[in-house]
Amino acid sequence: MDFSIVVSEFASLFLDGIVVGAIYALVALGYTLVYGVLRLINFAHSEIFMLGTFACLGVTMLLGYTGYEEPIGIGLFLVTFILITVVAAVASGSAAMLLEVVAYRRLRRKGANRLSSLISAIGASFFLVELFRLLTDSKDWDFPRLLDKNSLFEVSSAYVTADKLVVLIGAFGLMFALDRIIQGTRLGRGIRAVSQDEKTAVLMGVDVDKVIAFTFLLGGVLAGVASAFYMLFYEATKFNVGFLLGISAFTAAVLGGIGNIRGALAGSFALGLIQQFSSAILGYNWRDVVTFLILVLVLLFKPTGLFGEAIQRARV
Amino acid sequence: MSTSKISIPKFNLRDKFGDWWEGTTRNQRIIFRVLLIAFFYILPFLDNPVFGTTESDFSSVLFYPMGMYVLMAIGLNIVVGKSGILDLGYVAFFAIGAYTHAILGLSFGFNFWVNVVLGMAFAMFAGVLLGLPALRLRGDYLAIITLGFGEIVRIVAINVNFTGGAAGLAGIPAPPSIFGVEFLVDDPRPYYWLVLTLTLLVIWAYMRLIKRRPGRAWEAIREDEDVAEFMGIATTKYKLWAFVLGGAIGGGAGAVYASQVTSIVPELFDLNVSIMILACVVFGGMGNLWGVAFGAALLGYFPEKLRFLSDTRILFFGLLMVVMMNIRPDGIIPRKKREKVYDKNTGKEVSR
Repeated sequence: MDFSIVVSEFASLFLDGIVVGAIYALVALGYTLVYGVLRLINFAHSEIFMLGTFACLGVTMLLGYTGYEEPIGIGLFLVTFILITVVAAVASGSAAMLLEVVAYRRLRRKGANRLSSLISAIGASFFLVELFRLLTDSKDWDFPRLLDKNSLFEVSSAYVTADKLVVLIGAFGLMFALDRIIQGTRLGRGIRAVSQDEKTAVLMGVDVDKVIAFTFLLGGVLAGVASAFYMLFYEATKFNVGFLLGISAFTAAVLGGIGNIRGALAGSFALGLIQQFSSAILGYNWRDVVTFLILVLVLLFKPTGLFGEAIQRARV
Repeated sequence: MSTSKISIPKFNLRDKFGDWWEGTTRNQRIIFRVLLIAFFYILPFLDNPVFGTTESDFSSVLFYPMGMYVLMAIGLNIVVGKSGILDLGYVAFFAIGAYTHAILGLSFGFNFWVNVVLGMAFAMFAGVLLGLPALRLRGDYLAIITLGFGEIVRIVAINVNFTGGAAGLAGIPAPPSIFGVEFLVDDPRPYYWLVLTLTLLVIWAYMRLIKRRPGRAWEAIREDEDVAEFMGIATTKYKLWAFVLGGAIGGGAGAVYASQVTSIVPELFDLNVSIMILACVVFGGMGNLWGVAFGAALLGYFPEKLRFLSDTRILFFGLLMVVMMNIRPDGIIPRKKREKVYDKNTGKEVSR
């Protein structure tokens, strides 16, 4: 227990918390969007993210990076990184849509029990993890260092590096774009309508199948972009990378009130900060215990999350 | 949980068997039960290439995963299938039972039989501790809290000293011999019989319980909690009982498991165990004991039977789960018996 570190390292912990929170937020949005329209926890979403990290790695390999070269200049970096992000987003987005068709659509049309869909998603998740475990030989894979990670400038104890800036700017830009899509486009309106009341939405002429497919696409694209940011920040991946990140992102979504998009953002940043500060005080080992304990306390005293609607009584 | 539409497949094992069962006499039923139980007791001697497992020892497969899965799935079925409480942290009870036997057996030399009871008691106590606050919540919130509980137990086991930390505990004592049957490290058969006996006891208790007030209360809560409450059912009390009884079975299973494997590490008790047992329950047919037992046995059996696919077997297993759920979303042996529908004019039975 070392509380002095919180004071001396406050700015540094805060910055890392926000960066980690931004990555969580992009994944958490996928959980919360799907929960909004289907009232289902998409258990395979973490695997969609994992698939994205390997898509990123694939692009750098095709471009001929071996991991030993010097970081590239900012112009070339931006072109390369945008290419990586787009490929990861396309890979994750199409995988998410395929997942919806294979694991969810038939069950949804049958009006099956929610748990059946859950097991179907768990099966798909097992399949993807095993597929990538076999394809990648169960190894840790390193991502080449594309960007110079020396500090650009310091704010108090925080070393602001280029990769953190890229993650923050990119994530905030994407969140803004998502907000515009949800609030301002026809399909976004469809998503909101289906979230509120699926049956009435159908009566109002909303094509529910199209809306659900689009929701999975959005969630997948966000997870793909998150995977590119993750690779830039952590520079390593493994077939089981999705599990812990998925749990954290899901916790963040619940913390903010699952089904609520702005709540998921707030929950993610809160969780990122909580994790950074609690690991600094108690040690990294206790990070997940603290995460879950806080989650339990929030659910007990404010069961709808920080910004949630009262869905827990309405939908059981 | 949506109960409005339940799709019932055309071919229904439960219906076929149910019709036959209704037409039997008391003596026929007793003979059937005795034969079935006897079959399961001699199962370890029936190892053959057709339904035995060729690449791994059949009797050890019968103990773990099959027997263990069946026992735990029956326990979880009380929670998830009967009462509709989505529990994603069932492994916590299993871990508590296993560590109870490991720590008390190693440090204090307690007898295995005492430890099974204590393991169940500790699991029940943990169930009350978690359940009292958590069972006020519903649906996915409850799911995520139980998931967190499972993870917390595992992480605590890694980070504290008395559980041996990440290295775990080794040399856990075996049960003392009973009726002249010795529990030896290289012979899993006595352990299989032990699990089988426990399972039969649990099934017996379960069958008595569900026909009485608690069983009806659980079903009412599963179908609609608000209505159940209006009908005067103490929902929190019965939910807590379901949670705690399910936990007790998990704890007992954990103690038996620890005594057989003789060494345990926290990594054995990760989320995958909870998910696997939940998959057994849903795969077999939630809320139907026989379906759940059958589904658990199958899900334990397949990865071992598919061992000739060696490394890719979990891959096919995942695929099987998706396909299976798409074909039979209510599980292999569904809970609901198909209602007979009679034609108005002819009076003959028609299929829906």
